[in-house]
Amino acid sequence: MTLALFLEQMLNGVQFGLMLFLMSAGLTLVFGVMGLINLAHGSLYMIGAFLCAAIASATGNFWLGLAGGIAAAAAAGALIEVVVIRRLYARDHLDQVLATFALILILSEAMRLIFGPFPLYLNVPPVLRGTVNLGIVDYSLYRLALIGFGIAVAVGLWLLITKTRLGIRIRAGESDREMIAALGVNIRVLYTVVFALGAALAGLAGALVGAIQSVQVGMGEPVLILAFVVIVIGGIGSIKGAMVGALLVGVIDTMGRFLLPRVFATIFDASAAAGTGAALASMLIYLLMALVLIFRPKGLFPAHG
Amino acid sequence: MDNTRKEWLLNALMALALFGVPLWALMANEPFIITLATRIAILAIAAVGLNIALGLGGMVSFGHALYLGLGGYVAGIAAHHAFNGTPILAGIPGTNQMLVIWAIAMVLSGAIAAIVGALSLRTSGIFFIMITLAFAQMGFFFTLSWPAYGGEDGLPIFVRNQFPGLNTARPWDLFLISYGVLMVALVIFAMLRAARFGAALMAIRQNPDRAAAIGISPFGIKLVGFILSGMITGLAGAMMADLTRFVSPAMMAWTMSGELIVIIILGGVGRLFGPVAGAAILVGFEVFFGGLTEHWKLWLGLVLLAVVLFARGGLIGLIAGRAQNG
Amino acid sequence: MADPVLDLRGLSRAFGALKATDDVSLTLMPGETHALIGPNGAGKSTLMGLVSGKIAPDAGEVWLEGQNITGLSVAKRAALGLGRSFQVSSLIPEYSAQRNVMLALQARQGHSYRFLKPVMRDRGLRDTARAILARVGLDARASVEAAVLSHGERRLLEIAVALALKPRCFLLDEPMAGLGSEGTARLVSFLQNLKDEAPILLVEHDMDAVFRLADRISVLVYGRIIATGTVDEIRANAQVRAVYLGEETPA
Repeated sequence: MTLALFLEQMLNGVQFGLMLFLMSAGLTLVFGVMGLINLAHGSLYMIGAFLCAAIASATGNFWLGLAGGIAAAAAAGALIEVVVIRRLYARDHLDQVLATFALILILSEAMRLIFGPFPLYLNVPPVLRGTVNLGIVDYSLYRLALIGFGIAVAVGLWLLITKTRLGIRIRAGESDREMIAALGVNIRVLYTVVFALGAALAGLAGALVGAIQSVQVGMGEPVLILAFVVIVIGGIGSIKGAMVGALLVGVIDTMGRFLLPRVFATIFDASAAAGTGAALASMLIYLLMALVLIFRPKGLFPAHG
Repeated sequence: MDNTRKEWLLNALMALALFGVPLWALMANEPFIITLATRIAILAIAAVGLNIALGLGGMVSFGHALYLGLGGYVAGIAAHHAFNGTPILAGIPGTNQMLVIWAIAMVLSGAIAAIVGALSLRTSGIFFIMITLAFAQMGFFFTLSWPAYGGEDGLPIFVRNQFPGLNTARPWDLFLISYGVLMVALVIFAMLRAARFGAALMAIRQNPDRAAAIGISPFGIKLVGFILSGMITGLAGAMMADLTRFVSPAMMAWTMSGELIVIIILGGVGRLFGPVAGAAILVGFEVFFGGLTEHWKLWLGLVLLAVVLFARGGLIGLIAGRAQNG
Repeated sequence: MADPVLDLRGLSRAFGALKATDDVSLTLMPGETHALIGPNGAGKSTLMGLVSGKIAPDAGEVWLEGQNITGLSVAKRAALGLGRSFQVSSLIPEYSAQRNVMLALQARQGHSYRFLKPVMRDRGLRDTARAILARVGLDARASVEAAVLSHGERRLLEIAVALALKPRCFLLDEPMAGLGSEGTARLVSFLQNLKDEAPILLVEHDMDAVFRLADRISVLVYGRIIATGTVDEIRANAQVRAVYLGEETPA
């Protein structure tokens, strides 16, 4: 194992973590402000990726595709909030889980109906192709750009939450729903905006990741589960927790898969040992989540008290 | 007719139909229908298990596929070693006897449910949902990347395991076994619900503070409920593996956990025959609409959404009204 | 003098900077009704939480019949004989009045891990529950779901559940809350005899009811007990009069 390989994997972990953050931020906001578990968040990620890939291949322009993917995810988010999600705020978690599970079925099949059964492919935009030399390692320029993107969006989100009127209302909504109603804020509109914002972030993540994976139905669910792991570790409702959790999950998952099989192989020197290492590595983040919940039942950064 | 009698009549009709339709299929030589009925029965057993945790105890376990998969792998691994004549561990041989396999599947599922439950029941609400999911995901990824028993390719059962006095290779015999176990599971569920244990468990679901204030500790009762729940679902997993003669990590996938919850919701939460109604609806939907359109899941999603939003209580609630708790 | 049934020793509990309970000591003697009064926000609910075990104290101890129960859970304390009723009716909503009482009987017997015999076929449980419901005058409503009962009936069912526990002491949290004058009068006359079964720690807003029922009264203000004494002593206490001036006028 070389230092260059280690560094490359580390960067991959950070890149993965930042994409997870984009997913988790919306999920945690929606739970923090509206108290809703949204399993269909992964479908919004999928919608972002599909629309980005379709528009990019039709126009030949990745950036048009990216804008289209974000817009489509936000629009889809606003639509399902108004039609379905709104009816679920007052329901228990079981109803929320089921209704949004139903939404996954509906949205996945809708994508299959519109785009057909085969995966779409999204090319990395020409300016971001190739690698960049980081001293000891040549790293994919696109992945490096994703890291930059992730950080920029995180900073933007932080500014939005802390410095703008919308952010003040969102934070007020997290701490006291009746208070913001008393302040004359239209809660219905606020909820729709928050949901669409979360959807846009998920769509952005889907579109960005779409260029390094194939774009297909079902791509959203593995990411969704990881995003849940992230927000449970970070503390549900906390943007800061989502950031810390996302980086933890991204780095631990990537490094675990990279290091554990190698470590086991050196200790037990058998191919079965490498298998054990791989099996353990794939369980690591769930182990982490279980440990966090056992010792900090409300996550690392509990949002409410 | 009052609601309780309506529900009993409906239950009797369902029990009869689930027996009568495959019986007809046997005479009409339609083995596919018999296998469908077997699948409904086994899915229903799994959901009866979940119904103890979810319906009686209000524990929204989003990870019951873990027990289904555990049971499945017990059957698969035992059969694998029995077929190859190799020991599972030093000195422990494989087996192809269903009864032995079921016992092991239930003990193992119960033990894992005890660990998962003891840790998960420290949390509540969304955290409970997520931690049960996390444990199931651990199982899923473990089986996915553990190479010894097929990894992501799964593990075939070349010869179906044996049941004394019956020929399990025949669909009708396998159906009889599944139907019998389902009836036993339903009797167990009904007894639990009517007994002091059920009274305590259902009370804790409705008002844990009150239960504690009269001296019933919620944690212990819920944990026992969770363990029993996992055991029955684990048993169903072993039977499911024998029906399909195949186990794979997909049995532990989170969508499978979701499907088990969906079955209960479609049928009616906490209702005795809710799992039977729900499993029949789900399988029927898949076969009927799956034959009409490849996009049948779109319609399933719409129906599920409609049930959650507008028809709480599922099919049984729709026909027999609210549950009566005496 | 007899030993106290319930003995609170120096209980304190703060929420952030707020001292909700501040060094409270209080005894409940056999055969007495000891009322706890105080203006809104005096910390009565917190004190009830500390006694029942819902809230853990920062300092101090709770003793029940010579046993230190400070570290025990709500359920364990209840099993040892702390019979609590709730300020806001807290019943099993889908259970009938009878099943609510039967559940309490079952809990008192400590036999909840029984998996075979149907509860409703348990004659002993059923008959005892009926008898208790008859005592509070709810026998005609035995098969009605708790959620459907009227407010006054739910208050009575709260008492019935506490009775079923055959507790060593009753912990009644505003039992008259929301009752009309007629309901209050009925409950007062019922509670007058209850202390013969087990002493009552009574938290109550209705001063008339308190003065009719209590043998001793403790006055809680800002988390501290400022006075404890007989009804007459409390009526005459200048400090208490000052606190209550303009809020409630002791008759």
